[in-house]
Amino acid sequence: MADTVEFELVSPSRLLKSEPVEMVVVPGAEGDVGILPNHSPLICTVRPGVIKVMESGKVSEEIFVAGGFCEVSPERCTVLTEEAILVNDLNRQDAEERLRQAKEKVASATEHEIEEARKHLTLAEEMMAAIEYVERGR
Amino acid sequence: MANLKDLKGRISSVKKTQKITSAMKMVAAAKLRRAQEGAEQARPYAERMHRMLTSIAKSVGDTEGAPKMLAGTGGNRQLFVVCTSDRGLCGGFNGSIVRETRRRLRECARNGIEFKVITVGRKSRDLLRREFGDKIAASFTDIGRRGVEFEEAVEIADKITEMFEADEFDVCTVIFNKFQSAISQVVTPQQLIPFAADESDDDGEEDKASDGPRAVFIFEPDEEEILEDLLPRNIATQVFQALLESSASEHGARMTAMDNATRNAGDMIDNLTMTYNRTRQAVVTSELIEIISGAEAL
Repeated sequence: MADTVEFELVSPSRLLKSEPVEMVVVPGAEGDVGILPNHSPLICTVRPGVIKVMESGKVSEEIFVAGGFCEVSPERCTVLTEEAILVNDLNRQDAEERLRQAKEKVASATEHEIEEARKHLTLAEEMMAAIEYVERGR
Repeated sequence: MANLKDLKGRISSVKKTQKITSAMKMVAAAKLRRAQEGAEQARPYAERMHRMLTSIAKSVGDTEGAPKMLAGTGGNRQLFVVCTSDRGLCGGFNGSIVRETRRRLRECARNGIEFKVITVGRKSRDLLRREFGDKIAASFTDIGRRGVEFEEAVEIADKITEMFEADEFDVCTVIFNKFQSAISQVVTPQQLIPFAADESDDDGEEDKASDGPRAVFIFEPDEEEILEDLLPRNIATQVFQALLESSASEHGARMTAMDNATRNAGDMIDNLTMTYNRTRQAVVTSELIEIISGAEAL
């Protein structure tokens, strides 16, 4: 039995990561999903949040994703996302700027656009949360 | 016979043209490499998106609740998305796309099928405007100035989705140049809506072999909700892929065209130089004859 799962992180412009890992925790739309080898096949949506890659029982890498989709098969876990940033590379200024813009958008959005604007807002909020989390850790 | 000064002028002007075309060729070659890399790197995303969508589509099947974007609306109103470049001087690149589009549009018009067009790139807009000006629903220009960005594809996809939701068409097809090599680009029509599950089976083959029999998936949240998110995203991805292919093709076509132009200019310079030398010799000869016969007459 394989003791690693092939983790792939793909963005529209390129394949960001493709490596065997022990476990990944993906922020699913209905709660975080921990994926170990031989997970049963699953397709779920991913909310904006942090993907945690676990190596020998510890978190070895944390990647912020702006939502997307996740497909799991027993030997593979593929995450499709439009944007992915290493948590340590997140920039507070950028995130604050995005949060501000998103708030403005929600405030000025018409009924038609409101859903889209809310999505941006959640994204920006999650980004801020991730940054705060990192800063607290240091 | 043309006089020497004129010939000299022409030679130098052809030489200047040659310099420009050969510079353009080199620029196109550099851009081609980048565009090609971009297209290759984007492939995994599109492939996996397709794989995911296919497995969901299989599980949803033809049930009543299947979203219209997947199952189709049953109508036959067409929307064409035509991808061309903003600039010319790239051989038959734009011509072949526009020719194919015209053919399809005329066919639709003949059969009384309603159709609309979205043009991407300045050239398709300019070339189609005269005949089908009233059918152009939207035009996008300046796409991929500095490499194609996913956001640009999203913009186009949003427009398509918006039109679909407003019930303006039933079938959507992108027409673009698929990049094969620097000298060959193939005009490819690709259906976006409704989702065609089988069309790109060939490039997903390797994945299938390793997956074995398709497993039953757990969906979280349920299929419909995932589809609702996934389908528009898929359109953006497909458009993005088309834009990338088209941009690689454009640079390839331009490179080839400019290579030919450079070579033709070389030939022309050779010919002109030959004529120039002949003329010069004739002038010298006739001058000599004049002097000699002048001296003899004394």
